[in-house]
Amino acid sequence: MKDLDPMVFVAVFQEMMGPLMWMLLALAVGGLVAFAAVLAREGRLVSRRLVRSEIVGVFGGFAALALMAWVTLSGFSDAGGPVDWLLVGIIWGAGLVGTTILAYAVQGLVAPDRGHGMTEPQ
Amino acid sequence: MTGITGPLSRRTLFKLSGAGAALLAASPAVAAPAPPKVASKARIVIAGGGAAGLAAASRLVERLDGASITVIDRRKDHYYQPGFTLVAAGLKPRDYVVSTTTQYLPRGIDLIEEQVAEFDPAGNAVVTDTGRRIAYDFLIVATGLHLDYAAIEGMDTALIGKDGLGSVYAGPDAAVATWKEMARFAETGGVGLFGRPATEMKCAGAPLKYTFITDDYLRRHGNRGKSELIYCAQNKGLFSVPIVSEKVRMLFRDRGVKVAYEHVITGIDPGRKTATYKTPGGTVEMKYDFINVVPPMRAPAAVRQSPLGWQTGAWAADGWMEVEKATLRHKRFPNVFGVGDVAGVPKGKTAASVKWQVPVAVDHLVADIAGTKAASVYNGYTSCPLITQLGRAMLVEFDYEDNLTPSFPGVIAPLEELWITWVMKTMALKPTYLAMLRGNA
Repeated sequence: MKDLDPMVFVAVFQEMMGPLMWMLLALAVGGLVAFAAVLAREGRLVSRRLVRSEIVGVFGGFAALALMAWVTLSGFSDAGGPVDWLLVGIIWGAGLVGTTILAYAVQGLVAPDRGHGMTEPQ
Repeated sequence: MTGITGPLSRRTLFKLSGAGAALLAASPAVAAPAPPKVASKARIVIAGGGAAGLAAASRLVERLDGASITVIDRRKDHYYQPGFTLVAAGLKPRDYVVSTTTQYLPRGIDLIEEQVAEFDPAGNAVVTDTGRRIAYDFLIVATGLHLDYAAIEGMDTALIGKDGLGSVYAGPDAAVATWKEMARFAETGGVGLFGRPATEMKCAGAPLKYTFITDDYLRRHGNRGKSELIYCAQNKGLFSVPIVSEKVRMLFRDRGVKVAYEHVITGIDPGRKTATYKTPGGTVEMKYDFINVVPPMRAPAAVRQSPLGWQTGAWAADGWMEVEKATLRHKRFPNVFGVGDVAGVPKGKTAASVKWQVPVAVDHLVADIAGTKAASVYNGYTSCPLITQLGRAMLVEFDYEDNLTPSFPGVIAPLEELWITWVMKTMALKPTYLAMLRGNA
């Protein structure tokens, strides 16, 4: 490989997912914006909500692995070397972080008033 | 791919596709900022609307303004050939590899649904099978190759899928039929024969892959113990790149696949289920319960019978086009280029090669029109995700000089059986291929 042009990535992703790519991008950007908005409004991370989101995130990580297994007709049990375990970790980690952020944002938006009540004692 | 949810897979996909793009990537023309279009009234004919022809058409449309570009191909269907093995492995349906040529044809291209029957490079024209003569200023030959099943005595493609006879190459239906026979074989066990022809061939890794896949299915059905798998190599090696050949030898040893070196199939008797091989010691007959026939491959008759082929040397007999291996320009007819399977170059009858060859050939063609010089060079890059079992593959990338050219040195080891390579093969390769057809990758 000599060069990697970002536009090649965009082109490949469009072929791979079609309109779904833009929906996913919108979801990701929307999730991050919502998370930032909730954070800005409350001025702090609400610990209990974060813990709850992280628990959801753990399942999100496993869901990401299951999704990969489904799409690739294989699974992490086929891992054959260090880079495979790294990949398994990245998939799980990406699933965890993404789901956690989304879950936190959704909870913050759905129950904005209760956020203050859940703050840990200082 | 409808089940992807959340930002989780986006990141993963990005990383994976980076690796996947690398399989087919590596085009110097891609990364350069788009040059201004060259105004031209040139008549450009592209013979063949497969992977190479469509990719060339897409790139020429982007580079030229006002040129007349014509693609000639009678077949309406487009085949994603790298997927044939997955269909024949029962992993993907027939639809996975079949689409239509017009889906990828850029606007402003004329498609003539006929076949080139005669090349007249001295007269700068081609003649189609309906007798139509089409003159050109530049010609890109992307006809692909001819599967010479008739050269195997007793072989009939209509028998693929019957009595243990398989052949992945003959097309999507043959791939499906081969899967049915292989699946039946996996449930019964017996003798499985594999191998490759002595001619140049497309994706020389495919016959090896299919041996490994069959081995895996037999194991999954608990029938490996009562089966014998024999790979008939056409010479004393298993792959043209020595270091890969050694690795495959070790893997075959590990899986208990026997190798019959210097065995070239010359005949088959489907009724008696025997195949005949030419060996240094004479003719040998071998019985089979399942066989994957890989026919000899040659340039299509129209190319073979034209002045375009090599006149001397190893490629003369089969008519492969006599092109400069660095630029794909014809050695004797400088306004003719040969890309894809038909090109008579040492390596590279794969989609990954097309991915690199086409931008190079187009660069040189456009430079001719613009009156400039192009510097881009094709180094023989070829890539093969060599499946070694269901769920794992080796990412083998190499060039003309038999050097390994790993896209991710130190990360994805080229001779290691890895899941990540399998993931790339099943997820990222086809999208990258389709982006290539559209001139976007």
